[in-house]
Amino acid sequence: MRRAQFVALLALALAGAGPVAAQDSLPPAPYAYRQLDDPVLEAQARELMETLRCLTCQSQSIADSDAPMAGDLRHQVRTRIAAGEEPEAVRQWLIERYGDYISYSPQVTSRTWPLFAIPAVLLAIGLLIIRRRLSARR
Amino acid sequence: MRRLRLSLWLLVALALALFALFALQLSRPKNEFVQSALVGKRVPDFALAPAVESHPGLSSADLADGRPKLLNVFGSWCIPCRAEAPQLEALRRQGAEIVAVAIRDRPEDVAGFLQVYGDPFTRIGADQISAVQLSLGSSGVPETFVVDGAGIITHQHIGDIRERDVAILLDELRRAGTGA
Repeated sequence: MRRAQFVALLALALAGAGPVAAQDSLPPAPYAYRQLDDPVLEAQARELMETLRCLTCQSQSIADSDAPMAGDLRHQVRTRIAAGEEPEAVRQWLIERYGDYISYSPQVTSRTWPLFAIPAVLLAIGLLIIRRRLSARR
Repeated sequence: MRRLRLSLWLLVALALALFALFALQLSRPKNEFVQSALVGKRVPDFALAPAVESHPGLSSADLADGRPKLLNVFGSWCIPCRAEAPQLEALRRQGAEIVAVAIRDRPEDVAGFLQVYGDPFTRIGADQISAVQLSLGSSGVPETFVVDGAGIITHQHIGDIRERDVAILLDELRRAGTGA
């Protein structure tokens, strides 16, 4: 009896476990899941897509996500690259719209330079300490 | 010896300060919203076909016809878009002109949505692959942009419009109208 109840509950839970957010009913954009015919361009698009953040699923890249919006973004990337745009120009186009947030590729800017400078400074301090210790021993 | 001990305490203080920083930052709520970087800039050029027979489509030229507007980005399949329908209707009653972009939608679904949840829109463009949404820097549905008469985006509201947002949007619209 207990077991039957458990199974019934489990079935109910699984039946209700569909996606929380409603999804649209349109098919994916043409180039959401289709690769470009030119393997060189596809490789460029692929590389770029892996460094662009999915907006509706913020911890994935658009290459990893099945969200409809990520598919539409892949379509944008592929068609723009197929039309001859440079990958970095496409990234810049997106940064103009969404800010640095959309890019996983870190840039040195007036706000982010300490992230790049601090490790170098720490390394320099470490080397200095080692040198002083070694010379003190002699 | 004295100096060594002092520097050790400094190290401890530094570590404590670091943990305090972590605690402070981790206790802050995470902001999940990605603001559009286009606020203050012109609406990108676009021209969308009608999303439904009863309404004309939408182009960027329609957004620069001299009158400030609300640009609502929605989808008939989007649940929060249903929740904000009464607020859009209230905005329309108080004089807001509202145009819309329907994301990844079919004409019959849009018509059904308007029938059930009301129709505050003067124009609805069909954006079937989110191209205009992406060019606007919009990261989901629903979102509402305030656009002034010259086609400059002056404000972005992310998420569904709640009752308290109605006054804010009307105020933004007024400011867009006076150019202040």
